[in-house]
Amino acid sequence: MSHKAPVTPATPYTFPTSRAAQITFALLAVYVAYALTQLDVSLERVQQGLAHSSRFLGRMIPPNFARAELLWKGLAESLQIAVLASALGIVLALPFGLLGARNLMPPWVSWPARLIVVLARSFHPVVVAILFVKAVGFGALAGILALTVASIGFIGKLFTEAIEEVSIKQVEAVRATGAPFMSVLAFGVLPQVFSRFIGFATYQLDSNLRNSTMVGIVGAGGIGGTLFAAFQRFDYDFVSAILLSIIALIMAGEVLATAVRRVFIDNATLRQLFRRGSPSHDRPLDDD
Amino acid sequence: MASAAPPLPADARGWQRFTPAQRIGRFAIYLLLVAGIVASLRTIEVIPEFLADAPEQVVDLLTRMWPIAWNYYPRGVHAALLETIHIASLGTLLALLLATPVGILAAHRLVPLWPVNWLARLILVASRSVNSLVWALIFVGIFGPGPLAGTLAIAFRSIGFVGKLVGEALDETHAGPIEALRAAGAPWVSVLGFGYWPQVRPAFWSIALFRFDINVRESAVLGLVGAGGIGMALDAALNLFQWDRVALILVAMFVVVVAAEVGVTQVRKRLL
Repeated sequence: MSHKAPVTPATPYTFPTSRAAQITFALLAVYVAYALTQLDVSLERVQQGLAHSSRFLGRMIPPNFARAELLWKGLAESLQIAVLASALGIVLALPFGLLGARNLMPPWVSWPARLIVVLARSFHPVVVAILFVKAVGFGALAGILALTVASIGFIGKLFTEAIEEVSIKQVEAVRATGAPFMSVLAFGVLPQVFSRFIGFATYQLDSNLRNSTMVGIVGAGGIGGTLFAAFQRFDYDFVSAILLSIIALIMAGEVLATAVRRVFIDNATLRQLFRRGSPSHDRPLDDD
Repeated sequence: MASAAPPLPADARGWQRFTPAQRIGRFAIYLLLVAGIVASLRTIEVIPEFLADAPEQVVDLLTRMWPIAWNYYPRGVHAALLETIHIASLGTLLALLLATPVGILAAHRLVPLWPVNWLARLILVASRSVNSLVWALIFVGIFGPGPLAGTLAIAFRSIGFVGKLVGEALDETHAGPIEALRAAGAPWVSVLGFGYWPQVRPAFWSIALFRFDINVRESAVLGLVGAGGIGMALDAALNLFQWDRVALILVAMFVVVVAAEVGVTQVRKRLL
């Protein structure tokens, strides 16, 4: 942020980097050098790895779809985990998000709710899945519960923030009519956050779909277990088949999420949805 | 809530917020979602015996986790925790280095060639579609187990995220300063450095900080597939059913993640 004119004409640059930025970059460089020695990265190792990688890639091509049934079963289970975890997570995140909003709730309610949401968000879903595998055994249920926790953490936080940003005028207007608390929520608060909520929910469905393909690594169901097993048996051609299927599944999920957003946020009709090349924001920009 | 003014319904007796076509669209999505949930519920495999003894297992888990094995920290956790932080920060820096050129290539404003834009976007989508754990598995296969694989996994997963956002930020820059520079006869390096960079700088650092926050979380689990960091310690403790050590590692992860989040928030406030 230096817009000072150079004091002496000898300065080579018109916009010199500030001293603070220079120091920060120097410290960063020192840290990188130190961290690299800690991680035991050497040129020799990288060269060796590059030689490995060509062999590795060679064995991944062509992908082997011979065990399609196993692949299909895993993908279907991942999809089920993602759908159920998203549904459950969204339903549970709503009350937590609402209770955590400091402009609607007293501190003794909002702090515990926020703490729960922070706890739910601070662990990677795979770590949470480990605990649920111990609690409810191997299988899809552990995956569903783990991703539900992740959804509560993510949606709960964003929902709280969205509610804290609502315009208080409409809330007060509804309150002034003598409406009970639930009506204030339903008619004063929720309409203001609905479109953002759709955004979070579709994002979370997408994210759950990605993670549902991974929780299998620790035994919580889905295609991840098959993938991990294939890696350990060096079935790299099957690995590439699984990876391609996962990518296809995630892209399909993205298309669905975009469709949901267009219908609920942009008020698109089905026909507009299927028309190619239609603009994604065909609403007037000065509308809010 | 946005809505274009709907055409007047045939019977103008009452106001309706959505046109019939819009309502059909909404209904179709609801129907699809409900059908998806019902179909999943009907076909999901849940083993009732496992579910029945869940309370017992939870009690067992908690009693085995308590007391937390604090004295294991200096011996088995401290070094692994530092390694996790190194993986996250080096991975983020490497991602910034690799993603910036791809992001530039993806921005149509800078590189007005659609084939190049699409190729760059394909790279970004491929990077984002593969989970960091899968990247870790791949790099463990190539470089062998260790933090190098973890760093590369974090970097490659982050390229898509950073590159996409950097590309979008570049596409949203104002044309004025850039045209002024071009008119003055500035070479493209100067246009990039003095026209685009000052405009995207806040977005760039904000993206970098945001991704670092995510990467701290992600690098903690990479060890489960052998890619270094605290996850390796977690994996070892899990395999030996040393739940008191698992509890210690979970606490350590929690502290690091919260510390990173607080740190990122503070830096963001000061810088941006």
